Amino acid sequence: MSLALNGLTIVAVCAGAFFFLAGTVGLLRFPDALSRLHALTKADNLGLGLVVLGLLFQVGGVFAALKLIGVWLLTLLAAATVSQLLARAARASGPHE
Amino acid sequence: MALAFDIVLVLLILGVATWTISARDTFAAVVGFIGFGLVLALAWVCLAAPDVALTEAAIGSGLTGGLLVGASARLRRTETTSGETPSISLRLSAGVVCTFISAGLAAIVLELPGKAPTLAPQVAANLAMIGLDNPVTAVLMAYRAVDTLLEVVVLLLVLGGIWSLAPDHLWGGSPGSRHLAGPDGVLPFVAQLLVPVGILVGIHIFWIGSVAPGGEFQGATILAAMWILATMAGLVDMPAVSRRWLRLLLVAGSAVFFAVGFAGFAMAGAFLAYPEAYAKLLILIIEIPLTLSIAATLALLVAGPPERAPQE
Repeated sequence: MSLALNGLTIVAVCAGAFFFLAGTVGLLRFPDALSRLHALTKADNLGLGLVVLGLLFQVGGVFAALKLIGVWLLTLLAAATVSQLLARAARASGPHE
Repeated sequence: MALAFDIVLVLLILGVATWTISARDTFAAVVGFIGFGLVLALAWVCLAAPDVALTEAAIGSGLTGGLLVGASARLRRTETTSGETPSISLRLSAGVVCTFISAGLAAIVLELPGKAPTLAPQVAANLAMIGLDNPVTAVLMAYRAVDTLLEVVVLLLVLGGIWSLAPDHLWGGSPGSRHLAGPDGVLPFVAQLLVPVGILVGIHIFWIGSVAPGGEFQGATILAAMWILATMAGLVDMPAVSRRWLRLLLVAGSAVFFAVGFAGFAMAGAFLAYPEAYAKLLILIIEIPLTLSIAATLALLVAGPPERAPQE
């Protein structure tokens, strides 16, 4: 049972790390501010979600699991807000290169 | 495997530090500094020091980063106009001085005795006497309470220094410009959603400090951040710095700290000594106003000097 749980953790965390990697590549390679934001937010939200999902298989109690999910939800909220603000600032500062 | 992780982490810290120092643009250097703080916090976690990691992330990286972002925004005007660079001799001497300081620090670290003298076992043995389960909080609030007291006083002095930058006709006014909430603003929406949660998390971090990593400085930083967020979203306005309740809030923490400290002479025979039966209660009496005072001080540090003339 614990072997299966560990396997699920490894798969989910690795998938999460892959999304972080993809997001970073997007940040470095995409041509303008809006597409870079697109790469970052999508990848980070999903990447962190998968890491949290992986860690959920390892926690002892319901309370710890809820804390992890809370961290993910708060990060989602912060990331969505910041990307909105950045995108508006990018649009207001004229046509992107 | 753990060693490989440590080596990668150390290389990352050195890399971010070098990048931060060599960045041409002030704003880029600030972003590097914030990243540096976060990687450093990770290193503290690896060294099994979560209390230090929390403080580094909240104050070293978050709050100081916020202050530096504000400073770099103010410096931007001067940067674009002045094209001069420091002379070669100035840069050379700065480099030499920095090298000497780094070499001296490195020599000191290498010269440290292999087994450092420690009081940790005594602290661990006497934890029950204070009524706290977190040894870090016990050291901060009982054994080295005078250090914590002085830190709080230093924060107040810094705030006084920032306020004194205000021109005479603005003295006593509100810091920063009034933020107005747009009808379709993202920030007001998030502030309404996040601030209640953040206040709860701040109180939780403060409260949990007696048994687990956390404490008044970390909790106060979160509370301060929530105040700043609500101000930036236009939900509340920064009060005029001449307000009596604000001044009282700022000094409440250190005043109570001093009062309990001097009462220590009568109760247990020394400054900041707690009688054993009331140690935990006294620490709580100090910590609650202290957290509120630190939160208010930190938020006003970020808000800066008064920039609007007083209303009355």
